[in-house]
Amino acid sequence: MCGIVGIYLKNKKYNKQLGKLLTGMMNNMASRGPDSAGFAVYNKSSKFKYTVCLQTNFDLKDLKKILKSKLTNTKYKLVADHVVIETSTKPEKTIPILKSIQGIDLVGYGKSIEIFKQVGNPKDVVKKFSLDKFSGSHAIGHTRMATESAITTDGSHPYSTGEDECLVHNGSLSNHNNLRRSLIKNGSEFKSLNDTEVAAGYISNSLKNKISLKETLMNGLKDLDGFYTFITGTQKGFAVLRDEIACKPAVIAETKDYVAIASEFQAMAHLPDVNKADIYEPKPGIVYSWGS
Amino acid sequence: MNFDLSKKTLSEVNSYLQHIDLKSNQRDFVIKNPLGNHALCAGLQDEIKVTIKGHVGYYCAGMNKNAEVTIEGNVGTGVAENMMSGLVHVKGNASQSAGATGHGGTLIIDGDASSRCGISMKGINIIVKGSVGHMSAFMAQSGNLVILGDADEYLGDSIYEAKI
Repeated sequence: MCGIVGIYLKNKKYNKQLGKLLTGMMNNMASRGPDSAGFAVYNKSSKFKYTVCLQTNFDLKDLKKILKSKLTNTKYKLVADHVVIETSTKPEKTIPILKSIQGIDLVGYGKSIEIFKQVGNPKDVVKKFSLDKFSGSHAIGHTRMATESAITTDGSHPYSTGEDECLVHNGSLSNHNNLRRSLIKNGSEFKSLNDTEVAAGYISNSLKNKISLKETLMNGLKDLDGFYTFITGTQKGFAVLRDEIACKPAVIAETKDYVAIASEFQAMAHLPDVNKADIYEPKPGIVYSWGS
Repeated sequence: MNFDLSKKTLSEVNSYLQHIDLKSNQRDFVIKNPLGNHALCAGLQDEIKVTIKGHVGYYCAGMNKNAEVTIEGNVGTGVAENMMSGLVHVKGNASQSAGATGHGGTLIIDGDASSRCGISMKGINIIVKGSVGHMSAFMAQSGNLVILGDADEYLGDSIYEAKI
């Protein structure tokens, strides 16, 4: 099952309510995925941001103590057990430092993206992270019903494997083990045995080779075997792709102010002006994208 | 008689419509704020008229017998699936598997239908004023599928005696 949702704002009208709109969407998709939930919110900043998840027995004080001498111009935002670190130190330097700290996991980084994910019912997860307080330009969320890998935070979506990139997925892939092995040979790193993380790694690897997002996803139709509806987020917007059999649902609602996508219309029933929106299903094997 | 799904639960509304008191003369119903709910008006059996004002979720008017259901909006997967008789009229677009396995009655879709429209149909008449997605009328056994627009790949694949 699993539920996926996304909202992209075409103008600034709902910027401040972005988190609130996504909260409603995720709450309504809790029935499709009660095991864990996660979301990525894009809100552009001048400096790079790094979202890390604190493990138990490790708190913000410990983190600040370690990073004090290592990063410059640093700001911390604590959101439940996740911390968003903003710093002017360059990513090439910051990422190895963060990865070397035992007691934290780097969830994602970029100039816009902040990612939060956790095991538990989506309704509790969004409350815990106070998603309704977030503002930004676009956001993506996922509610998971675990099938092919364990119910852990590492097994939760969204997956971020590159700067300002993230992926949520409804479906399952059958060739992810082979693909993971070949991506590892090319230098990719994976944290879990999850199939979606492999798809995220596949996309990042292709973007790194200067292949456009659209072309990457079109190539994915050949290389990713299985069934899926993907939403992939980038700094500027997001793209949607369904496999050619298209047994995983998706519906899009578009108004002059926003584009929303969800597994079921129910997730969008509360959005402003949705009854006047242009509502349609993305066709199989075609990339739909906004902003990027 | 009006129902408001933002005030009443789905099962309250469905249960009322599924157990009509035939001694009363109430035969016309309007449902407001459907909010994408699933299985709305599923399993109706009596000659009643229901108008739904807005978009609904999966399996709307599934297994319908005798009733006339009009949806003033879009419908999710499996509208009028396994319908036996009656009329279901969708004024917007329909998602996948519209009219799947339907035995009788008429399904009219003013907009587009998605993939697998009329899959395994067994006597239902389906009229789609827009286009249909891939694998429509797959293994269709009897009945008629009328498409005024275009059809995607594998239309009528493995068809038996239904007409397109």
